[in-house]
Amino acid sequence: MAYAAGVDVGSTQTKAVVINEAKEIVSRALTDTGANVILAAENAFHEALANGELREEEVEYVVGTGYGRYKVTFGNTQVTEISCHGRGAVHMFPGTRTVVDMGGQDTKAIRVSPTGEIIDFCMNDKCAAGTGRFLGAASSALDIPLDELGPTALQGERPVKISTTCTVFAESEVLSWLGKGKKIEDILLGVHQSIAARSTGLLRRVGIEEEVTFTGGVARNLAMIETLNQGMGLKVNVSEESHYMGALGAALFALDHILASRVPHQTKSGQTTKAAEAA
Amino acid sequence: MNYTAGIDVGSTYTKAIILSEDNQLVGRAMANTGFKLTEVSEKIYHEAVAEAGLSVNDVDYIIATGFGRHQARLSDVQVTDLTASARGATFFFPNTQTILDIGGQTMKASRLDDSAKVKSFRLNDKCAAGTGAFLEKTARYMGYSTTEIGPLVATSKEAASISGVCAVFAESEVINHLSEGMAPADIMYGAIVSLVGRAVQLMKRVRMEPEFTLIGGILRFETMVDVVRGALNAEVNVPEGDLVQYTSALGAAILGHQRLLKLNQSGATAERTSVAA
Repeated sequence: MAYAAGVDVGSTQTKAVVINEAKEIVSRALTDTGANVILAAENAFHEALANGELREEEVEYVVGTGYGRYKVTFGNTQVTEISCHGRGAVHMFPGTRTVVDMGGQDTKAIRVSPTGEIIDFCMNDKCAAGTGRFLGAASSALDIPLDELGPTALQGERPVKISTTCTVFAESEVLSWLGKGKKIEDILLGVHQSIAARSTGLLRRVGIEEEVTFTGGVARNLAMIETLNQGMGLKVNVSEESHYMGALGAALFALDHILASRVPHQTKSGQTTKAAEAA
Repeated sequence: MNYTAGIDVGSTYTKAIILSEDNQLVGRAMANTGFKLTEVSEKIYHEAVAEAGLSVNDVDYIIATGFGRHQARLSDVQVTDLTASARGATFFFPNTQTILDIGGQTMKASRLDDSAKVKSFRLNDKCAAGTGAFLEKTARYMGYSTTEIGPLVATSKEAASISGVCAVFAESEVINHLSEGMAPADIMYGAIVSLVGRAVQLMKRVRMEPEFTLIGGILRFETMVDVVRGALNAEVNVPEGDLVQYTSALGAAILGHQRLLKLNQSGATAERTSVAA
C-alpha cells in the first residue's frame, strides 16, 4: 500500500494529511506556523506520520501547499492552495461548484468544475478586511478565546452594525460598542455578519453556483456558517475536515503523481511515438 | 481679556488649547481619547483652563473639532477638522497652500485658497495602512511602543522594503524581515517610507502647491518630516515641538475668537449670556 501526503503551510497554522491509495485519510496533524516555517512544515508532517504509525519511507510523494509551500523542503512538489482547496472540496462534496476558503489572513472564493479544476478565483490579497484576522481582532479586543466567538455570537439577538472596513480599526470599533453598553453577543454577531457580507461580495465576483463548500480554519465557527448561509440565502457544505481541506487536496495531487508514475511504459512509448512522428 | 478654547477630539488623542484675544497660547492639555468622548473632552478642557490659570467663567467661547467633536457637549459650536487645521496651519505659516495632516486613524490632504479656506481635500479613514496606526502596529509587532518610534528610526541606516498595502499583512512582512536578521530600526524606517508614499499620493490628488505645512501627531517624529521633505523634494513647514499635535485645536480656538467678534458686533453676546443664565 502506498501513501501520499499533503502539507498545507498556512499563515497561522500548518496542516498535514496522509492518505492511502483508496483516497482515505489515514492520519492528520496540525501545528502553529510561527516564525520558523520550515520547522512547522516538518513538525506537522512528522506528527501526522506518528499519528498514523507510519514511517517516512512509506510516504511516496509529498505535495506542499499554502503560502509557505516553498518552505516544505522535504516535499516533492508544490501546488497552489487555490487548486488544493478546490480539489479537496470536490473530493469531500462532489456536488461542489463554489468554494469559500477562510483562513487566518485571507479569504478566497473559488469556482470549480465538476472534476475539481479551477475555473475562476478571487481573493483579498491587498487587505485583511473580512478575513479570519477580523475575528482575531475581536477576540483580542473583547478578551474572548477564538473558539468561543462563534458560540457567543449565536446568542446575539440584535446585532450591531460594524461600519469599519479595516481590521485594525475594527478593534477600536468593537471596544467603542462595548463602551456604548452593547452586549458582547450582539457585537460579535455583528462582527460575523460583517465578515459574511464581505465574503459574499467576494463570492459574487466569481459567481455563486451551488453547491457551495466552506473550507479553512474559520469553517469550524458555527456562527460564521450561520451568517454565511443567511448572507447567501443557501446552505453551505461543511466537512469535519474543513480545516484540512487544503492539505487533503495536496495529498490527492500527490497520489496522482504516485499513480501516474506506475505506468511509465505507456507514457514513455507514447512519447517515443510522438517524438518519432515529429522526427 | 477674552479667551476661547479649541478642543480637538481626535481618534487617538484629545487636545485642548486656550487662546487669548491677543493670540497668546495660554493653556493646553492632551490625553488619550479612549471611548468616553464626552468625559475626556470635559477633562482636557478643565486641565487646559487650569494650566492657563483661569477659571471656566473666563472662557467665552468653545469650539470643538476632530472626529468626536459632536460628543464634546460643552462646546458652543463644532467645526470640521479640515476647517480647523486650515486656520491653525495658516496661523503658524501664513503662506500655507497645502496641508498634510496625519493622525492616529486618519490621513488628510487639503489645498487652501488665498483666504485660508479649504478649496479641496482628500482623506483616508478607511484603511489603517495610510495612517499613524500603521506605524503603531509595525512598532508593536517588534515590541516597541509608539514613543520609541522616534529614537528607534534615528539609528536606521537603510530603509527595509515594506509594501504597506495592509497594516495587518505588514505583520508577516515584519516577521520575515526580522527572521532574516534585519534591524528593527530599518524596518521601522521602511514603514515610514511606505506611509509617506501614501501621503504623497493623497497630496497629488489635491493638486498640491507649496508652501506645504505638515501637522498631526505622527509628524512629531523628525524622520517622518525628513522623509516627506525628500519625497516632495521641497521645504516643508512644521509647527514647533508638540504644537504639531495641537494645530487643529488651535485653529478651533482662533475660529472661536472670530465668532466672538461677530457676536459682539451684532450685540448677540448679551442675548447669549442671558440664555445661558
